[in-house]
Amino acid sequence: MKNGIKNVFDKLGLDTRLLGMIGALLLVWIVFDFYTGGRFLTARNLFNLSVQTASVGVMATGMVFVIVTRHIDLSVGAMLGFVGMLMGALQTFVLPDLLGTGHPMIWIITALFGIALGSLIGAFQGWIIGYLTVPAFIVTLGGLLVWRGAAWWVTSGQTVAPLDATFKLLGGGAEGTLGAMPSWVLGLFAAGAALVLLALSRSRKASHGFVVKPVWAELTVGGIVAALILGYTWLMNSYPLPKGAVKRIYAARGEIVPEGLNLVYGIAIPVLILLLVAAVMTFVASRTRFGRYVYATGGNPEAAELSGINTRLLTVKIFALMGALTGIAAIIASARLGSAANDLGTLDELRVIAAAVIGGTALAGGVGTIYGAILGALIMQSLQSGMAMVGVDAPLQAIVVGVVLVFAVYIDIVYRRRTGL
Amino acid sequence: MKDIQTPLVEMKDIHISFGGVKAVDHVDVHLHAGEVVGLLGHNGAGKSTLIKILSGAYRADGGEILINGEKASINNPRDARSYNIETIYQTLALADNLDAASNLFLGRELVTSLGLVDDDAMEAETRRIMGRLNPNFQKFSDPVSALSGGQRQSVAIARAVYFNARILIMDEPTAALGPQETKMVSELIQKLKAEGIGIFLISHDIHDVMELCDRASVMKNGKLVGTVNVADVTDDDLLAMIILGKNPAEKR
Repeated sequence: MKNGIKNVFDKLGLDTRLLGMIGALLLVWIVFDFYTGGRFLTARNLFNLSVQTASVGVMATGMVFVIVTRHIDLSVGAMLGFVGMLMGALQTFVLPDLLGTGHPMIWIITALFGIALGSLIGAFQGWIIGYLTVPAFIVTLGGLLVWRGAAWWVTSGQTVAPLDATFKLLGGGAEGTLGAMPSWVLGLFAAGAALVLLALSRSRKASHGFVVKPVWAELTVGGIVAALILGYTWLMNSYPLPKGAVKRIYAARGEIVPEGLNLVYGIAIPVLILLLVAAVMTFVASRTRFGRYVYATGGNPEAAELSGINTRLLTVKIFALMGALTGIAAIIASARLGSAANDLGTLDELRVIAAAVIGGTALAGGVGTIYGAILGALIMQSLQSGMAMVGVDAPLQAIVVGVVLVFAVYIDIVYRRRTGL
Repeated sequence: MKDIQTPLVEMKDIHISFGGVKAVDHVDVHLHAGEVVGLLGHNGAGKSTLIKILSGAYRADGGEILINGEKASINNPRDARSYNIETIYQTLALADNLDAASNLFLGRELVTSLGLVDDDAMEAETRRIMGRLNPNFQKFSDPVSALSGGQRQSVAIARAVYFNARILIMDEPTAALGPQETKMVSELIQKLKAEGIGIFLISHDIHDVMELCDRASVMKNGKLVGTVNVADVTDDDLLAMIILGKNPAEKR
């Protein structure tokens, strides 16, 4: 019997580590749902949870590449603060004077500026690490102090508010969601795309004469993936907008709320951004030379160099990418708050590193997945929100998260030893 | 006859120092097409350093490298590859976390028309060449850390052979192998030699050298002791060169 089950899992070709993490996440959810009397597993809470995970999740995908190549980036939280402050100043003090308040280009220029600035800072730090060979730990520890200090200088410590109205939509909230119809379109498109990709991969392998999974296994995996995507879409679409928010939206348009109208949130824009980032980063990791070189360098830096890979330039690119993702995270984080304060992103570096590590990224290098990092971020955020809902004191929350981090990595080490990987 | 031809590789007056230690001290070696030249010497004699200069891993402090009689500039491993120089390193230089195909094509990935890495095509090619080199090899989707020493070695060898090397550097290619696999490597060397590939073979094993090599260059403390035709010397002569730094030509 036991062998039969193992055989089924082998045929399905599922990653056992992935299953383990999903199991851990479900366990956390069920336990908190029990202790909160069913308030945890509600559309409302899962909506909030996914929005709260977005900023750290975006950065965690980049941290995977950084840690896989045996580096670390301690500066992302401070960098997020600095980039967030400059974006706040740009859209509040500079662009309205040039373009007029509420101009539709403001959020685009601000967002592009933030991503570009993040890339530049990251590339600069990567250059010091790659070409001047100062260890990443030191460079980014310095960066942590430098960028947090710089964030204060932007406005001498004053919080910038309010931010541009369109820009704020990128942070989620009542209006920063897709609504029912677009959410369904997106969900169906994503599920369809996943199935098409699975089918294409299968036919490509078959055309080379490789052994492929049995059809039932392929269909099961495809079915689970599609069900998860559509299930999430359905859940988000069953979270109704409060009547007050609906009234506000219609009042802003100068219209009256039609009788009997029930609007829903749908998928939040920051979550959409996270999903897009995850898709792009997974693609980069598995289908581009850059991604291949990241993993090769992490596995054996000397071998990568002897294979003609320019590992120094690679380091610059990896940190520039990390910086660009930090820029995106800064957009989400400041837009969600509706303001830019100089303490934005404090301690985020630790959340991001913990997410990547809980998600199975090995500090020894060479191993780590994008989906793992995002799951790791979700597990961390679930723990924190859950404890807050249950009413665990803040100091105890920190203790629990710290213990879980160490325990998760220990489990991962035991798992690796057992499977010999 | 051979000496009249332009050598495939000439390394002239090569020297390199690390922190004041002369690792390679004004050494000359050369290699003809279809020839196997053994490089012998104790650990630290400078043989690996010498060939790492040819493979682009190190840059020499001075001296020059001629390929087919023309001055070559080899500043990094990519340059070496562009001269069709392939190397099997003693450490194998494999990324343990990647599978055989990814290692075989590392730095030279097969790509689709969109420039994306084509893992399936690379695996198909890897299966093809492994079918020739080591038919027992089956672990195509495991990371190479899960492979045995011999299997890892065959991945490293396949990588050097696949890309039509003209100059092959083998640094202790049989160090990790059992008798069966060692024999396989010997046969491979004979075959590549017959195809006109020039091979530098670094080895500790005098018998390997006597059996496989046409000439042998012996190094000691970074200096070249001498180069001999293997047919003209005995095992003991070679040993005397390695241990005492004594050149048999000087005896006469």
